[in-house]
Amino acid sequence: MIHIAVLISASLACSASADELVPYTIVGDGIAVSLTGSSGDAARGRALVLARTTTCILCHSGPFPETRFQGDLAPDLAGAGNRWSASQLRLRLVDASRFNPDTIMPSYYRNDGLVRVGRNFAGKPILSAAEIEDIVAFLATLRD
Amino acid sequence: MISWRAIAAAILLVTAPALLAGEIPSDARRSGYAFMGPDTRAMQDDDTANPGMLFVLDGEQLWKKKTGSADRACADCHGDARTSMKGVAARYPAFDKDLGRPVTLDQRINLCRDNHQQATPLPYESRDLLALSAFVGHQSRSSPITAGDDPQLKPFVDQGRGLFMQREGQLNLACTNCHDDNFDKRLAGAPITQGQPTGYPLYRLEWQTLGSLERRLRSCMSGVRAQAYDYGSPELVALELYLMSRARGLPMETPAVRP
Repeated sequence: MIHIAVLISASLACSASADELVPYTIVGDGIAVSLTGSSGDAARGRALVLARTTTCILCHSGPFPETRFQGDLAPDLAGAGNRWSASQLRLRLVDASRFNPDTIMPSYYRNDGLVRVGRNFAGKPILSAAEIEDIVAFLATLRD
Repeated sequence: MISWRAIAAAILLVTAPALLAGEIPSDARRSGYAFMGPDTRAMQDDDTANPGMLFVLDGEQLWKKKTGSADRACADCHGDARTSMKGVAARYPAFDKDLGRPVTLDQRINLCRDNHQQATPLPYESRDLLALSAFVGHQSRSSPITAGDDPQLKPFVDQGRGLFMQREGQLNLACTNCHDDNFDKRLAGAPITQGQPTGYPLYRLEWQTLGSLERRLRSCMSGVRAQAYDYGSPELVALELYLMSRARGLPMETPAVRP
């Protein structure tokens, strides 16, 4: 009985900590400060963009000759680093709906206000703060 | 100045008053068949290559087989399915007066088993249920879809439409975001269809078996990382009903083949 109670409270504590997002401040049309306090790793970011689990490549295409499975529901990522600053890219990943409430781009760093989220995903953002920073670092390198 | 565009728009408004915003007009509705490659089309078109036909043949045997404590076969009441079941699947889900709600073809088969054959219900996605529903559905091949015409179904069609428009899951996407607004585009290289349920139960190459529309809906829901509704739940039935009414006029293809 006690063991079960301990387990339950431990798991609750666990999920509660998983629920907490790093606070961020929007300045103008971006988030100027890194969510992790340090800059991301562009090579890891490239691998993340290409991993289907992050969902980027399902809708976007980009300068990725090694993969055939790219989407065309969203703009090509080539030149993203020319079009947007790191600060703008960060906010677009965190919450693209700020720019267009009807966008189909998910808010990658959000864990509330969602409907019927699957059990394995409930309370969690799609990407962690570190993953967002890696992807921002990579996208910033995509210059024409 | 009245341009021809304005006239065309006015005519469109007059002739299509029942269309709601964002809905696909009837002459623009396209089966998933239109989105797939020549090999998959050929597989569907040739009954000797279409793996769904094996289920149809199984279903034909089950149709004639006496079962349950009533020791009665479907054929004992319904006779020759080629005439009695023609066009029936094109009207499903249909309103059930006793239950006061729509039931799917799968549910109708199980209601028949319960009420008339005194047999146990067949589990969702079981081989026998898929075979029977493929056999019954096959009798409607080429019949235009008319599901949802019964006025008693209106609140349920509306419920289904609401679910179709509702964003859900961690990815926060609604059915309409892809299947009304972005068909013909590509998701990870694969074409997005209009989501017209013309050929269920259908053989999906990805599944390597026949599956129901409910299975397909649940898989889309998992795709947007939502909690999928249970088989037979009022929500899935309402969605199925809305989708069938949205496909009004398209010919049935059961058993279809899809990638």
